[in-house]
Amino acid sequence: MAQASAGIKKYPGFLAVTLVCLLVLYLPLIVVMVYSFNDSASITRWGGFSFRWYHEVFHSAENAKFKEATWNSITIALMAAIAATVIATAAAIGMIRSGQWRGKASSFALINLPLMVPEIVTAVATLIFFSAIGFTTGYLTILIAHCVFCIPFAYLPIAARLQGVETIYEQAAMDLYATRWQTFTKVLLPLLAPGIISGFLLAFIISLDDFIITNFVKGAGVETLPTAIFGAVKQGIKPNIMAISTLMLMVSVCFVTVSYLVGRLGQK
Amino acid sequence: MAGLTPTTSTGTSATLSGSAFDPLRKRLLFPAWFVIGFFLVLPVLLMLVYSFLTKEFRGGVVWEFSTASYDQFFFDRGLFGDEPAKIEWTYITIFWRSIVQALIATVICLLIGFPTAYFIATRPDSTRNLWLFLVTVPYWVNLLIRTVSMKFLIRDNGPMNEWLMMVGLIDSPIHLINTNIAVQLGLFYSYLPFMVLPVYASVERFNFSLAEAAADLYASRWTTLRRVILPAVKPGIIAGCILVFVPSLGAFLAPDLLGGAKNFMIGSLIEEQFKGSAGNWPFGAACSMILLSMVLLVLMVYARSQARAGAQ
Repeated sequence: MAQASAGIKKYPGFLAVTLVCLLVLYLPLIVVMVYSFNDSASITRWGGFSFRWYHEVFHSAENAKFKEATWNSITIALMAAIAATVIATAAAIGMIRSGQWRGKASSFALINLPLMVPEIVTAVATLIFFSAIGFTTGYLTILIAHCVFCIPFAYLPIAARLQGVETIYEQAAMDLYATRWQTFTKVLLPLLAPGIISGFLLAFIISLDDFIITNFVKGAGVETLPTAIFGAVKQGIKPNIMAISTLMLMVSVCFVTVSYLVGRLGQK
Repeated sequence: MAGLTPTTSTGTSATLSGSAFDPLRKRLLFPAWFVIGFFLVLPVLLMLVYSFLTKEFRGGVVWEFSTASYDQFFFDRGLFGDEPAKIEWTYITIFWRSIVQALIATVICLLIGFPTAYFIATRPDSTRNLWLFLVTVPYWVNLLIRTVSMKFLIRDNGPMNEWLMMVGLIDSPIHLINTNIAVQLGLFYSYLPFMVLPVYASVERFNFSLAEAAADLYASRWTTLRRVILPAVKPGIIAGCILVFVPSLGAFLAPDLLGGAKNFMIGSLIEEQFKGSAGNWPFGAACSMILLSMVLLVLMVYARSQARAGAQ
């Protein structure tokens, strides 16, 4: 059947569209990457290969704000992703291992609500909320907001994994007099690990990626990397921005490649 | 405490399924309910309240009931507010433009995304994941950086124009930045994977012996696509369209960085009420409410059609 249907599956031109699609997706990134190694201070003319802008990013005082913003971004993403993963793991077990009950569909909708509400609406609502309760905007407000919208991103892979894990393992453990806690830590958790890891990675990247919500709820003086870059870009795209972008791009690509390879190992 | 549980847990689980599905596990949902309820549902309700309050000039609100925000959105009462109400087109136009832009972006993503998803889904197992990986990698790169890169590439004196002029394809730079095309390019770039992934998932599940049967019955290739494959993968296509349309509608970065002032969309309008000098919080809240209502409407229609499809 595989051979017979091979011809039927093919449509002329689909390969071309795919290649055009990949070209549009990759061309801007590659161009920025290449030009970040441009020695010339004018960003369009090619003046030879150099690490000049990378050196500047790491060593000039002018770029110190980006270092602080990077630190903020990473710590916030780490904490928000950990919190979201813990909450999402509990929620996944609560949803999938609790049988049928009224309001289960609503509960599912509530957990996924951050995905449905447009980002800019979440941003406005969160800003209004913090201002109404008199909470000073700053590092902590960014962290809370990130944790909220990371929950569904962590939840989906964990729940998908849990749905694939049959209950026989937990039943066997409990029949052998394992406590609930032992059943969870020794049996369920190791089985869920791939889902939890991808949930965490997803939440981490989503938090690093966020601009709109952070831009609204950050106080004066606190910046994350995207808001700092946005502020700088408003004054024009400078070579140091391209160097920073390239670094972030590399980090993201490494991250995805690692999780792709981990996923492939998990399948085998 | 833990030492006591073995007997009790096996004691309560007389039936096997009792131990695996415990209704009490619902309690594990409390943290998620609390965090999302307190930091998202409550804020959205508060935003609804704010949209009916009076604005304060330095940003923020005065706690006095007023419908001024919605009035400002829909009606024009002249400079001093004493003329007979006419329809105010400024904001309706911005919303209309956003809807049109989001629709166009959805159609473009579908036209490019469907063949791509189909092509990937029909690759042999060995290379399929690699293709999928290639399409999704850019999505994991920061959205702001992607948008800035696009802006860098297509600027009037950017690399793209320079190459095209060098090769001799064009004589003067193509003016793209601050046009609708640039916004479309940005939206396409931002949300394409949202189209590819659900379509891919449904094409992959499609049973190709149906296409074979159609071919055996002398259906042409395109008839097979139109009459057999497309109806079968329709759920994936609809899901993809919604996943592209909804974020495009409230997009901020692509219109702001690539579109400029002429291509103002809802996202920028709302942002200006809170971050810009205009500073009108109740009006910003009202615009957000209107945007949210439109999105919920789309999602409800979708849920309805899903339920109906499920019932059939």
